Amino acid sequence: MTKHRFDHNRYSPSYIRGILRDAKTIAIVGASANDVRPSFFVLKYLIEKGYEVYPINPSMAGKSALGREFYASLADVPVAIDMVDVFRGGDAVQGIVDEALQLSPLPKVIWMQLGVRNDEAAQKAEAKGINVVMNRCPKMEYGKHSGEWQWIGGNTGLISSKKQKLHSSGRVQSLGI
Amino acid sequence: MSEEDYGFDTRAIHAGAQPDPATGARATPIYQTTSFVFDDTQHAADLFALRSFGNIYTRIMNPTQAVLESKVASLEGGTAAVACASGHAAQFLVFHLLMQPGDEFVAASQLYGGSINQFNHSFKSFNWKVVWANADKPRSFEKAITKKTKAIFIESIANPGGKVTDLAAIAEIARENKIPLIVDNTLATPYLCRPFEHGADIVVHSLTKFMGGHGNSMGGVIVDGGTFNWSEQAGKYPLLSEPNASYNGMVLSETFGNIAFAIGARVLGLRDFGPAISPTNAFNILTGMETLSLRMQRHCDSTLKVAKWLNKNDAVSWVSYAGLKKDPYHKLQKRYAPKGAGAVFTFGLNGGYDMGVKVVSNVELFSHLANVGDTRSLIIHPASTTHSQLSAAQLLKAGAGPEVVRLSIGLEDPADLIADLDQAIKA
Repeated sequence: MTKHRFDHNRYSPSYIRGILRDAKTIAIVGASANDVRPSFFVLKYLIEKGYEVYPINPSMAGKSALGREFYASLADVPVAIDMVDVFRGGDAVQGIVDEALQLSPLPKVIWMQLGVRNDEAAQKAEAKGINVVMNRCPKMEYGKHSGEWQWIGGNTGLISSKKQKLHSSGRVQSLGI
Repeated sequence: MSEEDYGFDTRAIHAGAQPDPATGARATPIYQTTSFVFDDTQHAADLFALRSFGNIYTRIMNPTQAVLESKVASLEGGTAAVACASGHAAQFLVFHLLMQPGDEFVAASQLYGGSINQFNHSFKSFNWKVVWANADKPRSFEKAITKKTKAIFIESIANPGGKVTDLAAIAEIARENKIPLIVDNTLATPYLCRPFEHGADIVVHSLTKFMGGHGNSMGGVIVDGGTFNWSEQAGKYPLLSEPNASYNGMVLSETFGNIAFAIGARVLGLRDFGPAISPTNAFNILTGMETLSLRMQRHCDSTLKVAKWLNKNDAVSWVSYAGLKKDPYHKLQKRYAPKGAGAVFTFGLNGGYDMGVKVVSNVELFSHLANVGDTRSLIIHPASTTHSQLSAAQLLKAGAGPEVVRLSIGLEDPADLIADLDQAIKA
């Protein structure tokens, strides 16, 4: 994927769509097994969309939810991570990004959740060629691009005269991945 | 291409209305069904717990309704919308999310008479208190705000007087006091005015009027601007910012971010109070919305012609239409609704109440009924109908005194409308 530079207030639909289409493995830092928490919703949603998701939460290490084992840290994940989804806010962000920058190979994307933004950390990651998304939710963005967002009256920001795609399961909308 | 790059007319037709995923139907199908089958018990549980997107029951959502919602959200520039049975239902759902018993909100006294009734009388049963302010004096809103105030409610263009409200000035007061500004944008429609661009947080509509535009279907909508932070002031908006017992402790503002208000109106409001829009009405309104720009511009152009003619008529004592150059609201109209001042306005007859009754009785083209925003031109005497439950003082405040006639100009030839009024006055 080509490298993008932004002010991070607005992302082009093709940038977001490209990230969601190209990522295969996603680590969610701050994932929860509590089924009313947003970090559980996103974990479940991304698994259902066919991503290989690795929940990261030191207090849950060794346990599992939705058939996925929790890891204590990014470094413990046994495969190359395409995208790190940061579900922790405030002071924790810088440390998580630093950890991600120690991975080999480097992740292709660092994604900070809705309400999470750290421009300094973003610049560090971008300097290493990593694409960054901040203050967005991958579930919401996937929903906008797949059309599901429209099901709940959401403004997807997108227009198309093409038929929407159904996931191979026939049950959910997909980006066709 | 991002939708933000598309023009208003393109979005009026295409936004939210991608071809149907199952059949490829190009026009939006009418999903005339009460319910939707689940794949399995887990799928059902996920839908009920809001963990998955999907349809459950038409009281809460429906695919035809969803197209309407997404389209209105796009045209207004909001994050999401919720359609419901009527504009009154929309207002009820909005205040249910914001108010606890004993709370207050400040509203403009120059509102549609039905809203004044709803706020003054029916809301009392819930111990929700309305405090009235003067839309012409933004500072009067500030003076009316107390610690219990949860919102400000105004109309962009007021019914029936066609007066334009200084949205930005009142939005600033709402922002300073950390309460949301709710704007009823029914008479303007997003073609003429988009309140979110001037600082509103929530927009409501009666879709029954110009949005549907053909006088055939009731509907209402709530649009979430995604701008208000519901959890910033702990405990102030508990339905939005506190764990919800009916969803196992889920916090709406945390889970749904900038669409939390729209989600709340759906999963708490529509779910528990039930004022759903029918799929057929949603379809009829959608069909109307595809021509919103064309209709609204013609409505405005014809209205200006009729208002100018009335203004020169000896039988007419005054005309209140912001589109007229000498109207006190003309400057505000140029700022907030530059394409036109809408199609609803009032005028006074020198003959007072009796002359008003005579004109209403003698018209042949204008229909005497209690609606606005139809292809047909409409006429009414507010004091004896839409505003008849108000006191004499309230009538004057609302611009609906005994000599006042309200017109809603339709899409007929303006020359025919003028001829009809002329014969009715002379008869």
